[in-house]
Amino acid sequence: MVGLLHSIEIALGATCLGLLIGTGGAYGKLYGGPVVRDLLAVYTTIVRAVPELVLILLLYYAGTDLINQALTAMGYQRVDISGLAAGIAVLGFVQGAYSTEVIRGAILAIPQGQIEAARAYGMSPGLLLRRITLPAMLPFAIPGLANLWLIATKDTALLAVVGFYELALATRQAAGVTKAYFTFFVAAGVLYLLLSLVSNFLIGRVEVWSRRGMPSLKEAR
Amino acid sequence: MSAVGVAVAPSSEAQDGAAEAIHVENLHKKFGELHVLKGVSLSARDGEVIAIIGGSGSGKSTLLRCINCLENPTSGIIRVNGEEIKLRADSHGHTVPADRRQIERIRSKLGMVFQNFNLWSHMTLIENVIEVPVHVLGVKRDEAIAQAEKLLARVGLAEKRDVYPAYLSGGQQQRAAIARALAINPRVMLFDEPTSALDPELVGEVLKVIGDLAREGRTMVLVTHEMKFAREVATHVVYLYNGLVEEEGPPEQIFGAPKSERLKQFIRNIG
Repeated sequence: MVGLLHSIEIALGATCLGLLIGTGGAYGKLYGGPVVRDLLAVYTTIVRAVPELVLILLLYYAGTDLINQALTAMGYQRVDISGLAAGIAVLGFVQGAYSTEVIRGAILAIPQGQIEAARAYGMSPGLLLRRITLPAMLPFAIPGLANLWLIATKDTALLAVVGFYELALATRQAAGVTKAYFTFFVAAGVLYLLLSLVSNFLIGRVEVWSRRGMPSLKEAR
Repeated sequence: MSAVGVAVAPSSEAQDGAAEAIHVENLHKKFGELHVLKGVSLSARDGEVIAIIGGSGSGKSTLLRCINCLENPTSGIIRVNGEEIKLRADSHGHTVPADRRQIERIRSKLGMVFQNFNLWSHMTLIENVIEVPVHVLGVKRDEAIAQAEKLLARVGLAEKRDVYPAYLSGGQQQRAAIARALAINPRVMLFDEPTSALDPELVGEVLKVIGDLAREGRTMVLVTHEMKFAREVATHVVYLYNGLVEEEGPPEQIFGAPKSERLKQFIRNIG
């Protein structure tokens, strides 16, 4: 149970971080200068090209090592980076690359006239993003982002390899101790399934809300 | 070319002494190689209704969109309320506004109505109308709502206040867009072909709203294909041809006794 909570914590944190990176990344790719665009292209290409397990190992061990080396070089004590923070950072970094593309596509799907109208009425870029661009792109982004969230909940299992105590690792330990492998792994599977079902329900609600201004597709058939 | 780059001649219909709300001088706009505006001047005093007419590709929409810098002019002077828009060249040699806040301030005094309405689809009509007053101009929400209800009633959409734009006809959407423009209490209303995207039977209801505004003395710049309407409501008509002002004057003169051959032909073809 603690394992499940940890998994959800990481998935939530990573998705939030991923959304932040994704929004910034999408904006940078669409409206940024050539240097910003190139850097973001490198980021999304590399992160999406390398297997997530490899990235997690790389970022977790090399990343914490780098931070500690930098800290000692600056004369600070080495710190123990908590597994939770590291897990969120690593998965968030990966999620960010995927959501950049999802959000970029969603922004491109907004009728440009709505953005133009906001500019014509003197909205500043920040206000435009908050009041118009984000809510208007949401219905186009939800299906892709929902995929990413479900993947994130399962990706937390990969963090078991770096010793983070989440659902998969908890299951393996419990199964190892009791020798009741089947029971525990089926239980874990059911928990993942439940998590997905609850997520689907909640996302469905959000999607209906985000499409509030759009006539239902049923009527268009 | 007769009127190239010449400041607008003091015309009989201009109310003497009225302040100049919009002043455009020798405006050029290039899209790459395409030279769309080749030195256009325009002036709108308080209470005037300027109709810009011209064929497709004459640059009339571009001219209107340059006034609030939705398109950045390549060169020229634009003054709104006597305040000149500061422009500078960016690293690619394009002209861009030098001061973002100045542009935002000026835009928030110009009520723009678009050909395709461009209402925000995730907001109901009342939310569309209060959006700019509340979030850009800092009006209190209750005041903005009270004001918005009056405006929606005025354009005949009081009972549609909680409906999303996608559920309305084009004419209703355009009337709501006019209410949205009025909500900022604009110094000047800018209309960019407001009836061109409408079904013929919906044009009348929108023109009626615009006509009422004209008659109550709103300052407006109107790009339109509706010649009869332009003749009725405009105080001054500007005919653009190929990026230049070919002829301008009071509507009786432009439509009754056009001088330029091209204008004569244009009126014959469209009339």
